Amino acid sequence: MEPNLNEPHSMGTTIIGVTYNGGVVLGADSRTSTGMYIANRASDKITQLTDNVYICRSGSAADSQIVSDYVRYFLHQHTVQLGQPATVKVAANLVRLISYNNKNMLQTGLIVGGWDKYEGGKIYGIPLGGTLIEQPFAIGGSGSSYLYGFFDQAWREGMTKDEAEQLVVKAVSLAIARDGASGGVVRTVIINSEGVTRNFYPGDTLPLWHEELPPQNSLLDILSAPSPEPMST
Amino acid sequence: MQFTDAKLLPDASSCSLDSERTLYPYVTGTSVVAFKYRDGILMAADMGGSYGSTLRYKTVERIKPIGQHSLLGASGEISDFQEILRYLDELILYDNMWDDGNSLGPKEVHNYLTRVMYNRRNKFNPLWNSLVLGGVKNGQKYLGMVSMIGVNFEDNHVATGFGNHLARPILRDEWNENLSFEDGVKLLEKCMRVLLYRDRSAVNKLQIAKITEEGATIFPPYSLKTFWGFEAYKNPTIGAEGSW
Repeated sequence: MEPNLNEPHSMGTTIIGVTYNGGVVLGADSRTSTGMYIANRASDKITQLTDNVYICRSGSAADSQIVSDYVRYFLHQHTVQLGQPATVKVAANLVRLISYNNKNMLQTGLIVGGWDKYEGGKIYGIPLGGTLIEQPFAIGGSGSSYLYGFFDQAWREGMTKDEAEQLVVKAVSLAIARDGASGGVVRTVIINSEGVTRNFYPGDTLPLWHEELPPQNSLLDILSAPSPEPMST
Repeated sequence: MQFTDAKLLPDASSCSLDSERTLYPYVTGTSVVAFKYRDGILMAADMGGSYGSTLRYKTVERIKPIGQHSLLGASGEISDFQEILRYLDELILYDNMWDDGNSLGPKEVHNYLTRVMYNRRNKFNPLWNSLVLGGVKNGQKYLGMVSMIGVNFEDNHVATGFGNHLARPILRDEWNENLSFEDGVKLLEKCMRVLLYRDRSAVNKLQIAKITEEGATIFPPYSLKTFWGFEAYKNPTIGAEGSW
């Protein structure tokens, strides 16, 4: 099948935002495809809007980038006028404004997450259509279909930072295993009162799921390995 | 000169006009049921926001108080409902700024909503909602509905979406003017339970709201018990293997 390189860049994607006791953890995969071809296998779908607010992008790469760019621009002016960092709520509402008023032309689902001194860590989901919905955790992108059941079971209120990040990494990795439009590495961004931490988890650091085998350098290594001990009866 | 006059007339399929119309909803709420009772209006809606066939959001508040005298419940596209709430916020704000002791009653809010919905429909860019507006002012109870194409009416009991087909027959049989709060809640729960059994987009978490002369109360979310213990449900195909 000839790769159609003129199809619009779409981030199939899995994006996640989770609140924890003290802040938020945002997570995403890193695959951007044009049709069946993977245009970028190491994209960064978690984009900065301000020092304390980040956005996870899914759907059309172009649409999500332009919305983020506009919001970053407006938020910067707002911060200058306000004289202090913008709140997560304001950032999310600006994203909603653009998404809602251009609903006929945009095809992007977004998750806004951050920390401010008034409300602490907050996550806002902004799906297609421009609905704004504050949630303790949000999932989005094509890979999220595989995670509804997982989160229903695994999500808990009041997790620690490490528990929340592990949950996010596990979830993105599970989605990557099943969603063809998601893949590459898992990126996370942790935002709290102390600041922002970016983490990077390449495939070899992730757990193996059903029917996945441990990666080898070559068949030759397997063949030259000592034969396994026979089982005792 | 002929060539400068030969402009292409925009037709309905050219980008600028097509982008000005809402084609379909994305995140939707299902039925709202409401009726008048002895002290005012009772209204119920579940807290679901569906994304196509996925029951994506389960804590969407689809009933909101408007001013001091009204409650607004909505089904359909949630982003359009959020926008309507912003319009109403502005309306109430301007009303309060007059500071003349008068406040917008349910009848006025209903009329405003009707105009908004109808005018958007005329521009082929509807707000994709069915709205239920209930309230009490000066002892007068009011309950009305507006659809996405601007059809509006008042009645003693109303419902949107599936509620029209499943709840209204129950209300026609069992509603009366002097329902107490307790009987009213039981009647609402009967309707909501049927909707839970038979509406695919229903979610088992609902909010009941009441509005009386004293003001509006939106009760905390809760879930209904369901009954599955019919003998016929336990072994439905016993007489006819392979059927359903």
